[in-house]
Amino acid sequence: MSELKTLILGRKNVDDPDDTDGMPNDLMTVNMGPSHPAMHGTIRIELTVDGERVVESDINPGYLHRGFEKESEHATYTQVFPYADRLNYVSPMINNVGWALAVEKLMGITELPPRLQYVRVMISELSRITDHLTCVGASAMELGAFAPFLFLVKVREWIYELLEELSGARLTHSYVRVGGVARDLTPDFCDRVTSILDRMEGVLDEAKGLLNGNKIFYDRMSGVGVFSKEDAISYGLGGPCLRACGVDYDVRKDHPYLNYDQLEFDVPVGTSGDCLDRYLVRLEEIRQSTRILRQCVAQIPEGPVMVDDPRCVMPDKSETYNTIEGMIRHFKHIVDGIRVEPGEAYTFVEGGNGELGFFIVADGTGRPWKAYCRSPSFINLQTVSKTISGRLISDIVPIFGMINMIGGECDK
Amino acid sequence: MGHHAEAPAESTDELVVLSVSDKNKKVRTVQVHRPVPEEVSFLPALAKGLGITLKHFFGNVVARKETETIQYPEEKKPYPARNRGLHRLMLRDDDTERCVACMCCPTVCPANCITIVPAERDDKGIEKHPAVFEIDELRCVVCGFCVESCPCDAIRMDTGEHATAVEHRYESIMTKEAMMDHKSIMQPDVLAKRGSLSTAVQGGTGPKWREES
Ligand code: SF4
Ligand code: SF4
Repeated sequence: MSELKTLILGRKNVDDPDDTDGMPNDLMTVNMGPSHPAMHGTIRIELTVDGERVVESDINPGYLHRGFEKESEHATYTQVFPYADRLNYVSPMINNVGWALAVEKLMGITELPPRLQYVRVMISELSRITDHLTCVGASAMELGAFAPFLFLVKVREWIYELLEELSGARLTHSYVRVGGVARDLTPDFCDRVTSILDRMEGVLDEAKGLLNGNKIFYDRMSGVGVFSKEDAISYGLGGPCLRACGVDYDVRKDHPYLNYDQLEFDVPVGTSGDCLDRYLVRLEEIRQSTRILRQCVAQIPEGPVMVDDPRCVMPDKSETYNTIEGMIRHFKHIVDGIRVEPGEAYTFVEGGNGELGFFIVADGTGRPWKAYCRSPSFINLQTVSKTISGRLISDIVPIFGMINMIGGECDK
Repeated sequence: MGHHAEAPAESTDELVVLSVSDKNKKVRTVQVHRPVPEEVSFLPALAKGLGITLKHFFGNVVARKETETIQYPEEKKPYPARNRGLHRLMLRDDDTERCVACMCCPTVCPANCITIVPAERDDKGIEKHPAVFEIDELRCVVCGFCVESCPCDAIRMDTGEHATAVEHRYESIMTKEAMMDHKSIMQPDVLAKRGSLSTAVQGGTGPKWREES
């Protein structure tokens, strides 16, 4: 047995030059990625391995760099929405909402109509669910459990279909606008949400039944990728990965935006900060998002979904068609964009993977002078190098899966 | 962090409540239930998992009541009403384009994929029209801003079709004529429902328009 172990894992004792059992005793460098089946998004890890054990790793992101921040400087505030969609393409609505809130903060729009707040909360929570479903499903698949992936992605597809009905596109919604959302909810939106949530509960139970009590899954997740509370805070980790370490921080709870301060939900935290805790926190967060959505469905009031502010809202089409003032305003919006007072603002929302922040410096024109995106994936990715060193190559898969790095968001 | 009033730990069905947020009393911090090693098993869990997948197997293969798969090319799901698909140019009563080459859509397009060459129109009441109107569907990011920005409802994306695969890049460029030929880009039933003429009420509502609306 011990011989077999040595054969698989390389030397038992790195410091002992004789303990090689005829294996080459120098370190080897291998590239994992940039296009590797177990890598979410294109990323390359340069591994220095001793047998099967990782000695050192160098993580090279950037293969999906599209220059979001620079590109935003050439786009009007509205034109940034399609770019923001493509940051975290698993939960585009949250990016949309985050960008809109940042521009609104710059413009001093603090009072949003109640219906709009509910709509934004609902689309954010639906996106959070799709994000967590993808993460849990894909990670389970990479560990060899294909059925949960199919079940969870089925639910994700229901939600994508719903958001497609709402916004017109399945993935790149571009649904939110500065000062509101592009269109009101579809008439049957709330009923569809309820029916999807009802059906989702059964599917989640099935997925849990397949994974939670399973020893293979447990052994590959438990104790893997442990991150301490102190390290998590000093690395600036966010989202489920941070809460899995036992840190009780959620932007929706500690810095409520929209109407999160009126909704009832729980913030799940873990104890040990390993991959199993991250998985459990994500599953529980899906359940909490369900609770939030059900409350929204019950409480959503009627009313406008756009603020009444001519600075950022395009005139009504009937006004554009029929009045010269409306027509001029329409053209001003398109040619100049939304004029924002000079100043700077930072807003942050709870994204699928952590605190998603947008920092904008405005110079009074219709385009940002500088835009910065605090992308949670990029920050969470920093921890990978630390957590995989000393572990087996096969542990990279669950660690990386549970970090849930999204290429578009990480590389901006 | 540090905003929480400590609350006595009470246990609900599964979750241990650690604290209650003092910003919103309805938000609690709970601890997830972590399976202890005794709860996980090898063979019983595998058997349970196999039971779940077998249920789906029979549900899909025998009863076919929960099959999600669609036999795609033969069977198609219609796109929802708001879907943003291929572009089309709306027509006037005399089958000419409605577009007045105001250049709003090429200005607003984030992908710079609309090319318009304006020209004079014989009809002096309208003055301008696009001599060339091309959209590169490969560059288009399907954001729908062009539709939103058109001040005379001349461009729409409600064809219910998506851009098809092409062999050469130039084939993806839709010309004005192609976008006006609704019959060949849209399914007959969709075209019948959505029509070729704009429904926008434009001009001529008179000076009392504001009071009436
Ligand atoms: S949908 Fe967007 S990218 Fe495509 S042509 Fe219209 S404005 Fe341009
Ligand atoms: S916005 Fe409308 S009218 Fe103006 S150029 Fe585009 S299609 Fe033509």
